[in-house]
Amino acid sequence: MKVSLFITCLGDVFYPGVGKDVVELLERYGCEIDFPGEQTCCGQPAYNSGYHKDTKKTAKHMIQTFEHAEYVVTPSGSCAVMFKEYPSLLKDEPRWKQRAEELSAKTYELTQFLYRVLKVNDTEASLQARATYHTSCHMTRLLGETEAPYELLSNVRGLQLKELPNKQNCCGFGGTFAVKMTPISEQMVDEKVEHIEETEAEILIGSDSGCLMNIGGRIDRLNKPVKVMHIAQVLNSREA
Amino acid sequence: MPMKIGDHSFDQRVSKGLGETHMRETVRSAQGRLHTNKSKAEEDLGNWEDWRTLSEEIRSHTLENLDYYLEQLSDNVIKNGGHVFFAETAEEANQYVKEVAVKKEAKKIIKSKSMVTEEISMNEALERAGAEVIESDLGEYILQIDDHDPPSHIVAPALHKNKEQIRETFERLKGYDKTSKPEELTQFAREQLRQEFLEADIGITGCNFAVAESGSVSLVTNEGNARLATTIPKTQISVMGMERIVPTWEELDVMVSMLCRSAVGQKLTSYVTGLSGPREEGDLDGPEEFHLVIVDNGRSNILGTAFQSALHCIRCAACINVCPVYRHVGGHSYGSIYPGPIGAVLSPLLEGYDDHKDLPYASSLCAACTDACPVKIPLHEHLIEHRRIIAEEEKKTTRGETYAMKGFSVTSSSPRLFDMATRAAPIMSSPFTKEGTIDKGPGPLKGWTDVRSFPAPEKERFRDWFKSRKKEDS
Repeated sequence: MKVSLFITCLGDVFYPGVGKDVVELLERYGCEIDFPGEQTCCGQPAYNSGYHKDTKKTAKHMIQTFEHAEYVVTPSGSCAVMFKEYPSLLKDEPRWKQRAEELSAKTYELTQFLYRVLKVNDTEASLQARATYHTSCHMTRLLGETEAPYELLSNVRGLQLKELPNKQNCCGFGGTFAVKMTPISEQMVDEKVEHIEETEAEILIGSDSGCLMNIGGRIDRLNKPVKVMHIAQVLNSREA
Repeated sequence: MPMKIGDHSFDQRVSKGLGETHMRETVRSAQGRLHTNKSKAEEDLGNWEDWRTLSEEIRSHTLENLDYYLEQLSDNVIKNGGHVFFAETAEEANQYVKEVAVKKEAKKIIKSKSMVTEEISMNEALERAGAEVIESDLGEYILQIDDHDPPSHIVAPALHKNKEQIRETFERLKGYDKTSKPEELTQFAREQLRQEFLEADIGITGCNFAVAESGSVSLVTNEGNARLATTIPKTQISVMGMERIVPTWEELDVMVSMLCRSAVGQKLTSYVTGLSGPREEGDLDGPEEFHLVIVDNGRSNILGTAFQSALHCIRCAACINVCPVYRHVGGHSYGSIYPGPIGAVLSPLLEGYDDHKDLPYASSLCAACTDACPVKIPLHEHLIEHRRIIAEEEKKTTRGETYAMKGFSVTSSSPRLFDMATRAAPIMSSPFTKEGTIDKGPGPLKGWTDVRSFPAPEKERFRDWFKSRKKEDS
């Protein structure tokens, strides 16, 4: 099976290690990884800020970049959702809308692809640690994926997963929200960190680098002893 | 500017809100309680998603045929012996109510809770005309005696106050001398209000839903004050937003169930009242005269636009009760009597962007609101649409933001520029980088690094690794 990887701009520049785990994971299940080098960013920062004319250019570029793909897989629920916004963004241009719908239909977030397409619920990973999982908002509410990460994590050997209190509340990232409404975002991320501490987790796991960059950045600033890991890293962990 | 609260800037309001420890504790615990209760009520009913779909259909059908149902409602109110007034503006609505008050030589007016009368500042208009207006909803009563403190929540207007603050208000202004036990506080307010009910010349209510087929007004309360306000005074005036209507009692059944469950997690509130005009011969109580004031005040401008579904709102506050932004800043930070996600959508629609252009940005777009809405209003999408209008049509965003977004879009639609920019990122950021993180970011990064560290870009991008790996393989 050929899988075209959309690594996301954050994944490309800030978290290349996550991408390596994604590649290894998918290859283990026989996927041939295609990385279209023309890929950029999904355009969400401009879209959510209301610059839709500008976002259309980005969207069209990404539609062309992934047009040949059989499946598009991305290690971010939020960026997957943005691809799925393209048809409504391009609703006034019927031919582009059609192409956008095709992209939307073949786009999957990583755990969703593992669990629902490859039918994997155990990646045979092992990681001895107490951990908690942050359910990112776009992935759960807009993509509607609430099961896959939990199913996959529940089978990681040695991982003790404790539910995060108030897990439904946003971490305060929200893209440009974090820099535009900093004082509010700060309170939101502080409350998230408080709840993470309540679980006594050593590791915070998430499926979206944006949320993890936000929570992780605050954890780092506050010198809290919690390590942040993307779910791809956890699912690809191998301990002796 | 009737919906607008105060003259402080958005940033000033937020900073005040964030500093109010009591308010934030109260809101936090209320959100927790309401979340639990609503989830339970959804579960009890079963098939919640199907009920949401049905409710959305009812609301959108009604709004698509609003002219028809409003005419039917109006005809039936008149048939029942009542009077109907269509008010295009807040001023027209207030003028009409004032005229009724003058004609009836009303000295005292008792009110049950109504957001639309807050929206049009009806109390102030009536007071200017010389009438005494008394709020009988407990929350509204507390705010009214506390120097007209504005509501901070559309269902629980005094949510920002805790019981100790309420005790203090009662003591300072009404000579209360008991404890802050909710039962005692309520008993005191009840005694104070009972006399007012008996003396009132006019009762004014809002309207949760008007029923077109019978010309009725339905009122959903937990305190019973709306019943007293509609049975004791000789004249009743109900004020409704023009969209608050259902075709028949069958749809009312669905909407009331959704409202009660979504607002307070109850199957039904203690009182659900249906009123169809003035008292008829043989009736034991009820007003001698009934007026229905149907308020447009900007609503018809929303019809037919991308925002039409905002008019589906049944004012249950479910979106407010799950909003993580509201949770921290409280209702007054929104600067509008309609706070939270629905307020951030409605306030600019009803009153324009001049006073409310910050509100669509007071959201992380987490979509908890959209998820909670019993009539499926895509609230976070409406917030994005507001941002689009502000950026692309009104051109009210800062020049810095416009340039940044243009730059971003040019870069992300050109693989060559994207490659150059991401390749240069580690070099560009190296002066700010220490041990792999950026602690004091330049320009737009400052907001980020004021409270969080920012990761330094990696020297080898994913794409470089992937390319070299492929080479090795071949």
